[in-house]
Amino acid sequence: MSMHAPLTITGGRGLLADGTIAAGAVRCEGGFITAIGSDVTPRDGDIVHDAGGALVTPGLVDIGVFAIDKPAFHFGGITRAALMPDQNPPLDVSARVRFAAQSGKPDFWVHPLAAATQGLDGKALAEIAMMRDAGARAVSTGRRWIGDSGTMLRLLQYTGMLGMVVIAHAEDAGIVGNAVATAGEMATRLGLPCAPAQAEAIAIARDIALADMAGAAIHFRNVTTAAGLDLVRTAKARGVQVTAGVSPAYFMLSDLAIGAFRTFTHLSPALRSEADRNAVVAAIADGTIDIVASGHDPRGPEDKRLPFADSAPGMSGAETLLPLTLTLVRDGAIDMDRAFALLAGNPARLLGVNAGRLAVGTEADIAVIDPERPWIVNADKMAASAGNTPFDRQPVQGRVLALFKGGTAVRAR
Amino acid sequence: MTPPEYTYPDGALAFPHRGLTGIAGLAPHEIWFLLDEAEQWVEMNRGAQKRRELLSGLTIINAFFENSTRTLLSFEIAGKRLGADVVNMAVANSSVKKGETLIDTAMTLNSMRADAIVIRHASSGAVQLIADKVDCPVLNAGDGQHEHPTQALLDALTIRHAKRAFNGLRVTICGDILHSRVARSNILCLNALGADVRVCAPPALMPADIERMSVTVFHDFDAALKGADVVMMLRLQMERMEGQFIPSPREYRHLYGLTLDRLAKAEPDALVMHPGPMNRGVEIDSNVADHLDRSLITRQVEMGVAIRMACLDVLTRKSRKLEGWA
Repeated sequence: MSMHAPLTITGGRGLLADGTIAAGAVRCEGGFITAIGSDVTPRDGDIVHDAGGALVTPGLVDIGVFAIDKPAFHFGGITRAALMPDQNPPLDVSARVRFAAQSGKPDFWVHPLAAATQGLDGKALAEIAMMRDAGARAVSTGRRWIGDSGTMLRLLQYTGMLGMVVIAHAEDAGIVGNAVATAGEMATRLGLPCAPAQAEAIAIARDIALADMAGAAIHFRNVTTAAGLDLVRTAKARGVQVTAGVSPAYFMLSDLAIGAFRTFTHLSPALRSEADRNAVVAAIADGTIDIVASGHDPRGPEDKRLPFADSAPGMSGAETLLPLTLTLVRDGAIDMDRAFALLAGNPARLLGVNAGRLAVGTEADIAVIDPERPWIVNADKMAASAGNTPFDRQPVQGRVLALFKGGTAVRAR
Repeated sequence: MTPPEYTYPDGALAFPHRGLTGIAGLAPHEIWFLLDEAEQWVEMNRGAQKRRELLSGLTIINAFFENSTRTLLSFEIAGKRLGADVVNMAVANSSVKKGETLIDTAMTLNSMRADAIVIRHASSGAVQLIADKVDCPVLNAGDGQHEHPTQALLDALTIRHAKRAFNGLRVTICGDILHSRVARSNILCLNALGADVRVCAPPALMPADIERMSVTVFHDFDAALKGADVVMMLRLQMERMEGQFIPSPREYRHLYGLTLDRLAKAEPDALVMHPGPMNRGVEIDSNVADHLDRSLITRQVEMGVAIRMACLDVLTRKSRKLEGWA
C-alpha cells in the first residue's frame, strides 16, 4: 500500500480500457486507480500532475527480461517485468524466487518466472508449486528448449494442474546447435554457423501438440517466422491455450542487419529473413501475436566486443520497446489501443496481475507519454546498464514524460 | 581465349584499401592489380637471389590464433624476402590462453608498433574486429568460415599462369563448402574475374542459398565435372563439424573423391588444385594430386609466397611514403 498522498493526473488524454481515448483526469488513492473521467478533479491534499495534453496510458508490462535494470525500465515506461529464470544461479528454488520478487520494490515490480527444470538443464522438473507460492507468476524454459518430449509433456501436465502458463523458447536445439545466424545468403557470405529458420516451427509444432494433450497453457516468448506464426494461428483457431510474443527487433530488422559482423545484432533467436519480418508485422496486425516484449538483456563489451559467433546473444531493449512498437501505429498496422494491449494489457493478463489497463480498481501503474516526440537512440548514452542496441543512431518517435508506480511518481521530467 | 583487359589507376588509387580482410569489397581491377604486382616476385623467387630490401626496418607480426603450418610459413618467407623483421606470435604460449580478450591482444600488438599484422582466427569476422582497432594494415590469413583472401588470390595467379584467361573458364569447387573460407573467397574472386563457378558437395556440407553468390550448385560430382577446366578440391574440415555430416571418409570418397577416372569426365586438359593440407585417398587420390601434367598443387604453394609478398608490399606503401601512395 502506498503511504503517499493521493495523486490526480489532470489535463491528459486517457487511453481507456474500452479502447477509446478521452480527455480527462485520473485519480489514484492507496495505490489504485479510484476514478477516471472528464468530471474527475483533484481533491484537497492530492498531488497533482498536469499531463499537458499528453497521452495517459497504463505502465508497460514486459514479459521475459534477463536483468533488473530499473533506469532503463523507467525510461521505457515499464512498471513491471517478468524476470527470466536464467540468472546466476537460476531461479529454480523458492528462496531465489522470493528474493527476486522483492528486488524491484517499491518503484518497480519484478515478477519472477520459475525455472521449469532444475538448473534449466531440461531434465528434472523444478519445485514449481513452491516457487509459485513464493511469488512466481509463470514458468519458463529459459533461453533453452526442452529437448526431451516426455519431460516437456510432464511439465505441461503439471503446470496445467497448477494453473500456470509455460513460457517457452521455441527453437529445436538439435537443429540449432551452435548456430548464431539464420541459414540464408547473409550467413553464408559471412561464414557464420547458422541453422534453418524451420527450427522454430518444428519446436512450436511439438509444443502445441503437447500443450493440447496436457490441456495446459503455453506462451512462446518469441515467434519470429511465418511458419511458426501459422502454427500458432491455426492452434488458436482450434482453441488450444497458446499465445505468442515477439521483440521489436523481429519486426524492425532482418538478417541483413548482421552484415559487418555487428554483435549488437546477435540475438536469440537469430534475426530472420525479410519475408519472416513481414510475417511478424502481419501477425501483430491480425492478432496472432499477443505480446510485444523487450527481451531486455544488457551486455557489456566483455560479452559483445568479440567475434560474432563468440559473443553473447541479446540486446538492451527496454528503452526502445515503446517507440519501436509505436512505429507499427504510425505505419497503420495497428491502432494505439492495440499497441497497449500488446505492451501492457495482454502481458498483465498472462501474468494474472491487476494492471496493464487504465480502469478503476486496477493498480495505479501509469505512464504519461508523448507518442510523437522524436529522439535518436544513442548506444553510448542509454539509461540501461549497457547500450547493446542494434538501433543505435536510429531516429524514433515516442517518449515517456512521466511514470507512476502504484500512484507514486518514479520519473517525471 | 584472350586475356581480359584490366586497367587500373596510378598510385594508391589502384588499391585504395587499408588492409586485406576479404575478397568481398574488392573490384576486379584491384584483384588484377595484386596479381600483376605478384609477377615480379614469382620471377625473383625463381632466381638464386631471393631477397629485396623493400620493407627493411618494418615489423610484421604474424598472429595466428589457429594452427597453421603452410600459410604461416608462406607469410613468414614473404616478409623476410622483402627484408622485413617478421615475428610469429605463437598463440599456444600467449596470454590468449590465459583469458585475454582478442581486443586486448590486438591493442597489445598495436602498441608494439607493428607495420602490418597478419591474422588467422577460428571465428568469422575476428580479423575485421581487430582491423577496426589497430592503426596498421591487417591481412586476413583466414577467419573462421568467412574468407581467406590470399588463398583466393594465389589460386587466381596459379590459374592465370596455367590458363591465361578467366572469362568463361569453368571452375568446379568440390568438397566441404560449408566450412570452407577458401571456397567463399574463391567464389568471390573467380566470379569477379569472369569465371563460371560451380560448387559440389552433399547437402549437409553445402551452405544455404549459396547460389545467391552466383554459383551453380551440384550434388553429383560427375555432373559437376562435365566440361570443367579447373577442379578445385577441398578437404573435409572434421575439426569444424559438430555432429555427423557424412557417414564415413570411405563413403565420402565413394561419391566425392577425385580419382583419375573421375578426372577423365572433366575437360581433357582440366587442371587440379587443392589448397592443402590434402587428405590423400579421401577427397583426392595420390595419382591425381601428383599428376605432373594436371596437378597445380605445388604451383599454388609457390604462387602463395609471391602473392603474399605483393600484398605486404602494396599495403605498406602508405607507411613507407612511396610516391603516389603516401
